[in-house]
Amino acid sequence: MSDTLTPRRRFLAWLSVGLGAVAAAAVGVPVVGFFFAPLMRRPVEAWRSLGPVGRFQIGETVEVRIPSAAPVPWAGEAAEMAAWLRRQGPSEFVAFSVNCTHLGCPVRWMANARLFLCPCHGGVYYEDGAVAGGPPPRALTQYPVRVEDGNVLLRTSALPLG
Amino acid sequence: MARLLRAIGHWLEDRTGLWSVSRRLAAHPVPPGTDWRYVLGGATLVAFLLQVATGVALATVYVPSTGSAYQSLQFITHDAPFGRVLRGMHYFGASAMVVLIGAHMSRVFLTGSYKFPREMNWLSGAALLLLTILMAFTGQLLRWDQDGVWSAVVASEQAARIPALGHWLAHLVLGGETVSGPTLSRSFAVHVFIIPALIFAGVGLHLYLVLRTGVSERASIGPAVVDPATYRAWYRNLLDREGQPFWPDAAWRDAVVAVLVVGTVLALALIVGPKPLGKPPDPTTIIASPRPDWYFLWYFAVLAILPRGIEPSVIVLAPLLFGLAVLLLPLVANRGRRTLRHRPWAVIVVAAAVFTIAWYSRLGVQSPWSPDFDARPLTTQAIASSDSAVVAGAALFHARGCEYCHAIDGQGGSRGPDLTDVAHRLNHPQLVARILGGGNIMPAYTGKLSSTELAQLVAFLQSRRDSPK
Repeated sequence: MSDTLTPRRRFLAWLSVGLGAVAAAAVGVPVVGFFFAPLMRRPVEAWRSLGPVGRFQIGETVEVRIPSAAPVPWAGEAAEMAAWLRRQGPSEFVAFSVNCTHLGCPVRWMANARLFLCPCHGGVYYEDGAVAGGPPPRALTQYPVRVEDGNVLLRTSALPLG
Repeated sequence: MARLLRAIGHWLEDRTGLWSVSRRLAAHPVPPGTDWRYVLGGATLVAFLLQVATGVALATVYVPSTGSAYQSLQFITHDAPFGRVLRGMHYFGASAMVVLIGAHMSRVFLTGSYKFPREMNWLSGAALLLLTILMAFTGQLLRWDQDGVWSAVVASEQAARIPALGHWLAHLVLGGETVSGPTLSRSFAVHVFIIPALIFAGVGLHLYLVLRTGVSERASIGPAVVDPATYRAWYRNLLDREGQPFWPDAAWRDAVVAVLVVGTVLALALIVGPKPLGKPPDPTTIIASPRPDWYFLWYFAVLAILPRGIEPSVIVLAPLLFGLAVLLLPLVANRGRRTLRHRPWAVIVVAAAVFTIAWYSRLGVQSPWSPDFDARPLTTQAIASSDSAVVAGAALFHARGCEYCHAIDGQGGSRGPDLTDVAHRLNHPQLVARILGGGNIMPAYTGKLSSTELAQLVAFLQSRRDSPK
């Protein structure tokens, strides 16, 4: 047996590598594609009703929950998303993300102080969502909200990312 | 009977040769003086194997679904025989693995064992460190209580800070655009299949390299200067002259340490028990104070105290620079002296790292930057005044949230300065300016207080002189 790479051997070597790559790709494409599928999915958005306008007092900020855009059937409690909703006028509403813009922790509305406070790193926001202090780099994200036929509608949204 | 067994043994050895191969590997020569300083890598491996065994057991009951994970963990913890101790062992086993891999890495760094020809030993170890950190993180997420849910959110927010790729990464972590069913399922797959497979491969490579390059000799008996041109021949000569078989001359110490690791983990699991499950994993329950497991608490604290201006760059650059330093170390410093006397900076680096982690872990436990949401209204003794404006001001001090961040006589938060004797420091106009205008981390109260309320609050603060008890 000689070690020389005859043309026949070179061909067989490349053929083997090539065939291996074909087999790996045949398995790999669906596997990797499945794992990366969340990146290819087009965002789904839906308007969800929060109930009649009259349920909300003018000037009050309350936590509301809606089913997220396309929850999987086994999601359990994770099928819902939360937001802070404030009725500002007869038919004017504003909705804030509950996620601090620093690292996403849930901000709390402190009604007496009229501030949003974050429990993780002490971020503070004014009632209009602007940063009042602490590490948050941006104002609280606002979610689309509208009134239709006397009902308050909130649009499902992605987790706000920096 | 004994003859039959021996015959079967001989037949198996003749057809497989496994016994002689194992014996040869186990008896590979190690340098003289391979003592207790060489047990940390083996101890880390023991902790990993402990995690595999307890993890496999837990996986036979755990349900990786956002709808049921929490209930299955409660069943494991409270109802399943051995469930509590297994969860405890998996929790403390994770802690042991993190601590031991850190200790092993520090030892290798301090003794300069990463130098020629063991650069790849160091680099494969660095990859194993990264994988261990990812295991610790995904494991915390799989607990899928309130902290688990929010750690998924915090992780994706951190990933999102990375330029260009950030949002992709965040959506990969979440398995979508929000925390949902796929978030837990994919973390489970990563935690039990993907990373363990990579760790097995990494450990295999690491051990292969240890056998191939040999355990580093103690710096005191080695050449004064590691020179790639001569080192290999010198080392081979050392082993030929004075080498001792790893098994059992050195291995017995590893056996002692293995028993210590498993025994300590088991004892902690029995006495302390697993980390208690937090509140149910409802992402819409926003009265939560998420905290990471202890090994990430120091980093959590660092993120809280970084000044706002530099935080966005530090959060991306710091891990990157650390990774780069670890990667480049054996490539740029692979020769030269190994003794600590000639590498004092190595001691400084390790001491600084240990001190930083300890200091910020302690700060993370205290979390002085977090508002004290449970602050109670000030007591009459603390107010120590019958003046109606002062009393009204004290009530406002609590109601308007001042007390979340400022303490008076030990009541209240510690985000802002203690105001027990603020009247000594600030006069009337200064107090008004501070309240209305806010400060670096303090919100401005313009428009939040009526002029009467402002006057009452200032009257109260001006009465804060010598702390009444």
